Amino acid sequence: MSNATTVLGPDEILLDPITRTGKGFYWLVAVLALIGFGGLGAWVYQLMFGLGVTGLNRPVYWGVYITNFVFFIGISHAGTLISAILRLCHAEWRRPITRAAEVITVMVLFFGAGSVILDLGRPDRALNVIFHGQVRSPLIWDVLSISTYLTGSIIYLYLPLIPDIALLRDRMPHRRIYRLLAVGWQGTPKQHRVLEKAIAIMAVIIVPIAVSVHTVVSWVFAMTVQPMWHSTIFGPYFVVGAIFSGIAALIVAMALIRHFYHLEDYLKPVSFNNLGLLLLVMSLLWLYFTFAEYLTTYYGAEPFHMTVFSSKVTGRFAIPFWSMFVLCFVIPAAILGNKKTRTVKGCVIASIAVIIGMWLERYIIVVPTLSRPRLAVEVVPYAPTWVEMAMTASFFSLFILLYLLFTKFFPIISVWEIKEGREKSVSDVVERVQGYLPGDSSNRKIETLKSQLGHS
Amino acid sequence: MSRWGMIIDLDKCTACQACVVACKVENNIPSPPEGEALKNRTISWMKLIPLRSEGSESERTTYAPVACQHCDNPPCIKVCPVDATNISDEGIVRQVYSRCIGCRYCTNACPYTVRYFNWSAPQWPEESKSYLNPDVSLRPKGVVEKCTFCNHRLQKAKEIARLEERELHSSDYVPACVEICPADALVFGDLEDSASEVSQLARSPRAFRLQEDLGTEPKVIYLSQGE
Repeated sequence: MSNATTVLGPDEILLDPITRTGKGFYWLVAVLALIGFGGLGAWVYQLMFGLGVTGLNRPVYWGVYITNFVFFIGISHAGTLISAILRLCHAEWRRPITRAAEVITVMVLFFGAGSVILDLGRPDRALNVIFHGQVRSPLIWDVLSISTYLTGSIIYLYLPLIPDIALLRDRMPHRRIYRLLAVGWQGTPKQHRVLEKAIAIMAVIIVPIAVSVHTVVSWVFAMTVQPMWHSTIFGPYFVVGAIFSGIAALIVAMALIRHFYHLEDYLKPVSFNNLGLLLLVMSLLWLYFTFAEYLTTYYGAEPFHMTVFSSKVTGRFAIPFWSMFVLCFVIPAAILGNKKTRTVKGCVIASIAVIIGMWLERYIIVVPTLSRPRLAVEVVPYAPTWVEMAMTASFFSLFILLYLLFTKFFPIISVWEIKEGREKSVSDVVERVQGYLPGDSSNRKIETLKSQLGHS
Repeated sequence: MSRWGMIIDLDKCTACQACVVACKVENNIPSPPEGEALKNRTISWMKLIPLRSEGSESERTTYAPVACQHCDNPPCIKVCPVDATNISDEGIVRQVYSRCIGCRYCTNACPYTVRYFNWSAPQWPEESKSYLNPDVSLRPKGVVEKCTFCNHRLQKAKEIARLEERELHSSDYVPACVEICPADALVFGDLEDSASEVSQLARSPRAFRLQEDLGTEPKVIYLSQGE
């Protein structure tokens, strides 16, 4: 057992959430568990009486459950995708935030997939998608893509966890689970080389998988001929929306971790500033896609498309539609576009707006199209019932609960990566910048800088 | 191989809804529980819907019976994740109730909104329970169902023809709605047989199909109202 892995110095605080648990934590767990498992009672009720207990009807066959499905899968892009991109770009400020992001992905995917099961008329036959799976159905593409993503995300979360699990194993030898999960990690240079290579490979693999996931989710809608679903930009539009809502979820998670675990020194305003800028860029991209989508429909003025279009822009769905516009663009752009308001608090407010706005966006995609069928079928306006609301609250609570429990068993900020950052990243960055600059003279300047840094 | 199709002559149709009722009786369609009809949860494989006369000069709205269009290129079949809906060699779009997982993707992909979902366990009035058609399977809650062109009648007709050691005649098989129609507005038969009445009517200048531009190739053909 190498001594180096156990001496943490100032980073000791990162293990505090695992070693010390306050009263507040138990209260929070109790409340979340109550809402979470209480809500599952609604599911039992639904299983007994059928989907008639929801507000769904003909022709609005899909509602809040499918909205939640698309929303949760979208949030999952927080994680792995953003963490992978930051790693691949060697963004040094990623170190304290990658794990918080990766955990979101893994945990929220269960509820994304769960939302579909919830929506099935016959959940007892769900395994038919394996026994009788029919590959030309976009729903089967979803099953394949999401299960691949879940597997990949778990591996991608687990690999960078190994050195930290080994650390916990050395600290708490009585917890056998750490011994098992640490898979004999001793922190030798060879193990480090292998691990870093494996992380780099997974980071490359996970990006196309993540992109495929939300593309395929969008294709569930786009592959039909229904007005305002049948759109070629849906794939990239959904991916952009997913990353957008994912970053927002990550910012909120980081702010909570920072506040409750007193990690202000790790999750610094600069991380929020950088993620806030990323969120701003995604907000603009989202606006661009939304504008392109709606203008094309409006200008083409195809009658069936126009009925759906007007129901969103001026009709029955105008309130959620314009709220979505304000929450996804006006608020985040106003807050994040200004350096003065791009603070931790500002980023959190913008992120909460984006999360609500993106849920509305998914709702605005699912419900209005179904409410305006091509043939003049009489329509009863869809409104979710208490069952759907209870299930939604339950899934949100259970997601937060799982996330919270994770922070009690594993460090939510990667200890070894922070340590590595302290030891190596400054010289790495200096070297990298040196590589960008032309000529020998600049080399000399960098040399001077390096020695200066060394002295201080 | 036959290709079954239906003609609905809007000139003859009086919108009496006999077809709607005959279909419900024939196919063991449950009646909606109290209050469910107001929530649009009634199952009615055949249903009258307002249709703007296509192909006529003056615009007018008429009530037309609409059931599953039995498309040759059905959007519902493509999207089913578990192969619970399929098209027979004779062009009938069928539903496998015992395999359907109730995801309702087919109901949403259908541009005619003619697929129905069992929102709750099926119920029948006490007095009609003994009249349920033994040839048609009952559907459990949570699965999708729709018009089958009374496929069970085709099976029965084929069986009788086989026992009588003869070929199946077009006239051996008609769905319940066609049989009941008092105005003779519905005609059923083999579209492949160019001499059949349906084939001849399908070639009429009044013939049109719903949402023809979507390329779904329905086998229910409407004859527009004359002036």
